Amino acid sequence: MDAIVVKNLTKYYDGFLAVDHISFSVKWGELFGFLGPNGAGKTTTVRMLCGLTRISEGDAYVAGYSPLRELKLVKKVIGLVPDVSNLYPELTCWENLLFTGEMYGIKKEELVNRAYELLKLFDLMDKKDSKFKQLSKGQKRKLTMAAALVHKPKILFLDEPTIGLDVRSRRAVWSMIRELNENGLTIFLTTHNIHEAFNLCERIMVINKGKVIAAGNPTELKRRFSGSEVLEVSFTGEISIEEISQIPGVIKASRSGGSFKLVVSDPISVIEELVGKARSRRISLNYMYLRGADAEEVFLKIIGEEHA
Amino acid sequence: MLDEIRGAFYIAKKDLKEYYFKPPTISWGIAFPLVFALAFLLRGWGKDWLAPGLLTLSLFFGSTSMSAASIVFERRMESFERLLLFPISYLGVAFGKALSSFFFGLLSSTATVAIIWLFLSIPPHNMMLLMLCIVGSALQFSSMGILLSFAVKDPAQAMTIFNSIRFPMIFLSNIIIPVSKLPHYLTWISFAIPLTYSVEAVRYALIGSYDIVPPQISIPVTFISFFAFLYLAEIMIKRTIP
Repeated sequence: MDAIVVKNLTKYYDGFLAVDHISFSVKWGELFGFLGPNGAGKTTTVRMLCGLTRISEGDAYVAGYSPLRELKLVKKVIGLVPDVSNLYPELTCWENLLFTGEMYGIKKEELVNRAYELLKLFDLMDKKDSKFKQLSKGQKRKLTMAAALVHKPKILFLDEPTIGLDVRSRRAVWSMIRELNENGLTIFLTTHNIHEAFNLCERIMVINKGKVIAAGNPTELKRRFSGSEVLEVSFTGEISIEEISQIPGVIKASRSGGSFKLVVSDPISVIEELVGKARSRRISLNYMYLRGADAEEVFLKIIGEEHA
Repeated sequence: MLDEIRGAFYIAKKDLKEYYFKPPTISWGIAFPLVFALAFLLRGWGKDWLAPGLLTLSLFFGSTSMSAASIVFERRMESFERLLLFPISYLGVAFGKALSSFFFGLLSSTATVAIIWLFLSIPPHNMMLLMLCIVGSALQFSSMGILLSFAVKDPAQAMTIFNSIRFPMIFLSNIIIPVSKLPHYLTWISFAIPLTYSVEAVRYALIGSYDIVPPQISIPVTFISFFAFLYLAEIMIKRTIP
């Protein structure tokens, strides 16, 4: 059986359908991305799999155990890093790790070794005796991840692991996630950050308004959804956005400062048209740059909210 | 079963480290009952009658203040959910929380007990029974505090809400006003308040007499209500899961 098997999982909150009969599976050792905008149902799904939210309909198997019927067994084999770094502020890093290990029934000697191992792995040895509340945001995140790994879970759930982090801390967390996965840990990562999902995950499932709307590896998703390209162009003189929008092949046009950003389906004919319009006004092209749709544009296309 | 008890003890140990220095636990758990007891004992009258009530009051405020701090703060910071992720039952979590409040209640009332001891003109009637009653009362209050904590969402309001429940109980539970002197309709409320039974149990163990509830009833009620509150707290924890 796969690491995670989800069958028709559904969640209603007082009649509001938050997760709508979704089904999927995650293989052992996979770094699986669950991507979607805020409010799409990502966190609710993770919470149902971890037993923190009741399942309204459907079922799931986490490491072969059902959160509906075998919750205690599920809890023994999973680690969850929630979107909030929620360790105990008055306890030191060391005490937080020890407490977590004690709750999983790990023997003292083994726990002490494990806590040292994790502090080293997450580069927090010098913060061992610092209270959790004294750590930076990035350090708090790392310690929350470390705490989720104390009992050596088989599956790690990461809910928005880099939310609110600066670039440096984010990269540190990303490299940590890669390392954990390379060591064989199955990781279920939820994120609204397309770059995070495309950079880290082997397979991505896109969820929006509680429904799975696309799935595949990052390359497949880009190929499938990037039917359009983006053309950035600026002129030496004035030309209106309305006029540019009417050029055949321009799907969407927007203006940013002195340049235009055009989502185009047929770049060659659009470029020819633009050059013709410039000549007829006796102005010339200042700058032109054609590129394929980036991950963000692919994501927006998938969730049906095209942007320019 | 052993795993559950062990888990509960670890939760209690963690809570004591985390919350014993929080302002609400110090001001309402230690300082208030101490000052309250001193104020009444220094007046001189009815010290032997007042002593059991003041001792129980000290346990009551100590135990419930700790649970207010530990649960309300944790729910606010979302760290309470961490406990729900551990492989321990919700009853085990409730028991762990009650244990930390229980230990804090015992510790915080030490100063008050010492003062009461000084003012008492007679030796305790039954020392073993007194210890049993103190343990039962602290357990009862701690589980009651856990239950009440789930009614509070904002830590800033926790003490206001707790005190709006605790203060009327002081006046209706035979602590400073004998229930026999209350209007008839209020006596029914007194009998419905768990604190009345612990005060009566401690009173019997301390001075060898009781006012309204004999020890054969008050002592069992103290322990039964502990289990009842714990069970209700488990239900409340389940209800926090959306």
